[in-house]
Amino acid sequence: MAVVENLPTPANERPIGFGRLKRKEDPRFIRGKGNYLDDIRLPGTVYGAMLRSPYAHARILSIDTSAALAHPNVAAVITAKDLETLGLAWMPTISYDTQAVLAGDKVRFQGQEVAFVIATDQYSANDALALIDVDYEPLPAVVNARKALDPDAPLIRDDKAGQRDNLASPTWEAGDEAATDRVFAEADTVVTRDIIYPRCHPAPLETCGIIADFDPETGQLDIYNGNQAPHAHRTVYAHVAGLAEHMIRIMCSDIGGGFGNKVPVYPGYVCAIVGSILTGKPVKWQEDRSENLMSTGFARDYVMSSQMCAKDGKITGLRVDVIADHGAFDSTAQPTKFPAGFFHIVCGSYDLQASHVKVKAVYSNKAPGGVAYRCSFRITEAVYLVERMVDALAHEMGTDPIDLRMRSFIGPEQFPYETTTGWTYDSGDYAKTMRVAMEIAGYEDLRREQAEKRARGQLMGIGVSFFTEGVGAGPRKHMDILGLSMNDGADLRVHPSGKAVISISAQTQGQGHETTFAQIVAEELGIPPEDVEVRHGDTDRSPYGLGTYGSRSTPVSGGAVAVVSRKVRDKARLIAATMLETRPEDLAWEKGRWYVKGDPEMGAMIEEIAVRAYSGEEMPEGMEGGLDAQVIYDPPNLTYPYGAYIAVVDIDPDTAQVAVRRFVAVDDCGVRINPMIVDGQIHGGLAEGVGIALMELISFDEEGNCLNSSFMDYLIPTALECPDFELGETVTPCPHHPLGAKGIGESPNVGSPPAIVNAVIDALHETHGVEHIDMPCTPARVWAAMQGRPEPPQ
Amino acid sequence: MQTPAPFEYERATSVEEAIAALRRVGPEARIIAGGHSLLPMMKLRLATPEHLIDINDLTELAYIREDDGEIRIGALTRHVDLERSELLARRFPLFADAEAVIADPVVRNRGTIGGSLCQADAAEDLSAVCSAVKAQVVIRGAEGERVVAMEDFHVGPYTTAVGAGEMLTEVRVPVRPGAGSAHEKVERRAGDWAIAAASAALWMDDGAIADAGVALGAVGMTTIHLARAEELLRGRAPSEELFAQAAAIASEDCSPRADGRGPVDYKRHLAGVLTHRALRRAAARTKGSG
Amino acid sequence: MNVSLTVNGEPVSADVEPRRLLVHFLRDDLGLTGTHWGCDTSNCGACVVLMDGRPVKSCTILTAMCEGHEIRTVESLEVEGRLDPVQQGFYERHALQCGFCTPGMLMTARALLDENPDPTEHEIRTAISGAICRCTGYKNIVSAVRWAAEHEAAVEQEA
Repeated sequence: MAVVENLPTPANERPIGFGRLKRKEDPRFIRGKGNYLDDIRLPGTVYGAMLRSPYAHARILSIDTSAALAHPNVAAVITAKDLETLGLAWMPTISYDTQAVLAGDKVRFQGQEVAFVIATDQYSANDALALIDVDYEPLPAVVNARKALDPDAPLIRDDKAGQRDNLASPTWEAGDEAATDRVFAEADTVVTRDIIYPRCHPAPLETCGIIADFDPETGQLDIYNGNQAPHAHRTVYAHVAGLAEHMIRIMCSDIGGGFGNKVPVYPGYVCAIVGSILTGKPVKWQEDRSENLMSTGFARDYVMSSQMCAKDGKITGLRVDVIADHGAFDSTAQPTKFPAGFFHIVCGSYDLQASHVKVKAVYSNKAPGGVAYRCSFRITEAVYLVERMVDALAHEMGTDPIDLRMRSFIGPEQFPYETTTGWTYDSGDYAKTMRVAMEIAGYEDLRREQAEKRARGQLMGIGVSFFTEGVGAGPRKHMDILGLSMNDGADLRVHPSGKAVISISAQTQGQGHETTFAQIVAEELGIPPEDVEVRHGDTDRSPYGLGTYGSRSTPVSGGAVAVVSRKVRDKARLIAATMLETRPEDLAWEKGRWYVKGDPEMGAMIEEIAVRAYSGEEMPEGMEGGLDAQVIYDPPNLTYPYGAYIAVVDIDPDTAQVAVRRFVAVDDCGVRINPMIVDGQIHGGLAEGVGIALMELISFDEEGNCLNSSFMDYLIPTALECPDFELGETVTPCPHHPLGAKGIGESPNVGSPPAIVNAVIDALHETHGVEHIDMPCTPARVWAAMQGRPEPPQ
Repeated sequence: MQTPAPFEYERATSVEEAIAALRRVGPEARIIAGGHSLLPMMKLRLATPEHLIDINDLTELAYIREDDGEIRIGALTRHVDLERSELLARRFPLFADAEAVIADPVVRNRGTIGGSLCQADAAEDLSAVCSAVKAQVVIRGAEGERVVAMEDFHVGPYTTAVGAGEMLTEVRVPVRPGAGSAHEKVERRAGDWAIAAASAALWMDDGAIADAGVALGAVGMTTIHLARAEELLRGRAPSEELFAQAAAIASEDCSPRADGRGPVDYKRHLAGVLTHRALRRAAARTKGSG
Repeated sequence: MNVSLTVNGEPVSADVEPRRLLVHFLRDDLGLTGTHWGCDTSNCGACVVLMDGRPVKSCTILTAMCEGHEIRTVESLEVEGRLDPVQQGFYERHALQCGFCTPGMLMTARALLDENPDPTEHEIRTAISGAICRCTGYKNIVSAVRWAAEHEAAVEQEA
């Protein structure tokens, strides 16, 4: 067998700071030596399995666990009754609602947790599920959000005192309704569309799970759990279970993808913890794929009505009315003061005169959640809506969709720009980015090709989207989750040998934190990145912070690491001044070294300064020894990345199959710390966007049965559906981030579905009069639209 | 992860032994070969056989050869070998058409033709293929062999003519001159089951269609054998108009159900489109065919 | 029941339940946790190993069915401290992020190159179409397999 040279690549290819550094994580992964949840082996472990409801809505008449308990390998069976005695039958959600840990009174969605079996091995635990006898009385189910508030709709949350309907939250508004009415009255073109962003699912390749290991002697609870926010989880467990927070340690080792799915605390986690307390043994529980798709954090499910208007060829106003389907329990994730997340970024990249947004949330007999899937708090839904509406308006005006966008963009001179819903965008040059995308795509040539093909009866579509996101939650004065500020800590220690450990609260699920954050320290201190170890994912060994989601790692933790590095650098300057017998203000910094201004030969390397800091030599007046620092970083604003995307699709005129032939993505996320990792993030998000636009869907029949509960029916794109993505970039540094960087992880998932759907409609608008198709654009749904009767997805 | 319920397991060393085991254990026994239909069903606990008879050692059932004017395919022949067979590519290229779109290449390394046909899933591609080429299947029991035409093989959804104590051992396809064949499928995504599929075979004689085989997958409770279309095609010269008429019959004579893959009208429409395309390609392939 | 097979070149004999899935045997009984699982329906490809040189989904094979067969997992790719070209290619081309699909992708790629040393982009995409990657959009995986093909060929020509 042929072999090649071993890792690593020669040192001279490695940048000291920012650049295309190959990942520090990879050597273990390519050898199959990752350490994911199911790879962790603790002696004496017992295994959990969850019995779930076959009904979407039913009263529980009785639960008989006796046969399961009689199984020779079963150690325990936990039901709601057991949890009630511990006060744990219900848990708080991230949105100040409550969620049943195990159903006692009723089941409220298919797949809801009913009983938890613990056995000596996984096969026996699975077997014992069939031995539990639950008597249900089925009730009518609510599956259509538009009907949830009908007077005759069955009441789902009869557990909540005073709840008389299925309204999950009061209507939340942003913008100015009266001003919007005036703008619409003066408009010369108005379009109206009903647009659904259907329910889909992040479905990381590794499912969710936990090992809970409670030590009855010490009261210490060790939790092994791939989750995106370990510190926040620990605080939640302390509140939920009444356990002492300082006696809980959460360890996240490698995580097989998250995409928001691993943000929440799930009932299975609480059951495993209770199980460990009851049995005194480590309890491992990991859901199977069906459980993952049927019960854990879904995404989207926004039913939207909208109007957009234009005057004199420019977009002037927007109205949006949303019904948010939150499922049976409102566990949607958003900062406390934003009940609809950041949906009000729906005014997009355009200099509108006015806009008005209304969102109300309803309960339904569907799985709870509404957090996830590479989405910063509902920005994905907002961008999809506005970018569909702009295309609808362009069609109505008979103008090119890029021309309309160009005429309506916020100008580069307008930043910082306050939107009509109250955001302050930090920076941008939108037209420039749009032009780069047009150039890579060869936009004019594509339009010519389209016209020629149309003349031959072939269907080709070109779709554009231009998005602005607000990511990196967030500023303490505006944002908290469950009362916890959305700030991140960082702790940097430079050891006497000049090697460093940076501890962060953000938790990688594949984003490459071990590489990127080492690069930030390297850039700031001039230490080679391989000499910087990144510690994360262990609450005992990292500072507090809210975790990795919402594209917040680089904006918040990245800011923290830059600031803490600079604190160390500042301390090093004082020490260097003592070493060089000069004043600190006479020193200048070059990467890795303080030197005397005017005498560059006189200087001290950071490694020499580190030796000094820990030595017995003299230190500056009043300074403690050591070379370390810690910070809590409070970002002054969100960061506002943006991008211009162009999709080219071909549609089979007979079968209605859609193929994405090309996809051009030009992102501006400010300064790129590791452009290789940034590109990788974009590729992945684009593939997810292809999936959402064309095939990914969680749907239900009228009884509330989930129709997409395995990978046979929840379709994720393969290598054959994804085009060879074409990327470009512009760089507009973020004015308030210490590194000029903005978030990137979610941009491609946010920006790509509207581009693809716009392309599909672009292909069919002229020939078939199609004005809108709700996602996913499956062959059947596209064909129905071509016949003049588009169907909603549920 | 989901796991199967417990079962007894034995590995057959001969066809006779497998049949004896089937007879001994009775209806709770299932034969397993590739296992890519059965094991997922067992993990989901939709199938709970008490006894599995593994026939993977019966390599004497893995072959593709031409004998006595027939292509003979052993039941244990794997999809990958059907896909790559030069003999099939020459005689009946629709096998390769279908194999390229059955599940994915890794699954095709395990799944077998016998397993596919015996699963009797109406959306399964090889059933339509075998029906179109007018294959016969050999079913062996303790009493010996019997040969059943494809149109009699699938007696209902997930039900075949294989009786108690019997197993499928071989698929036979008669070789006749002037053949051309093609398989067409529309799926939601690579590797998915068909929304609709059509197989067509034509045998030309002196510029006219001497015989035709047309079958549809995924648009009925079982594979649909389009006898009326075949009758229409026989004796006529191939033409776009003729194929359009056959396609219209396909749309009429199928009986799809609405599901996550699409509504009834779309599936009827596809049955026609795919039948037309399969016939067109089959006709093109008759040129230069021996 | 007793099963004897070869795993990564070593003979293995074990008592297993007939229903024990190969993926669990490899991971839990032999401790070869490089092989992952991500679904229950043989759709995701995280569990791909080589059986007699061909890639197969180890979640859909009973350990009992492996009697007398040869299984290779990701742990076998590196030989005496030298990475396989597909491993090196994945590293060079940033073809992994969370790493969970990586072992299955590597084994699928290894089998492809063993059969087809110079695959086209479409042949690579087809070969890996039975495996889902949620992170990379496949672009860099395709590139990594091409990298391996090019470097494998170069080494063989020298040899």
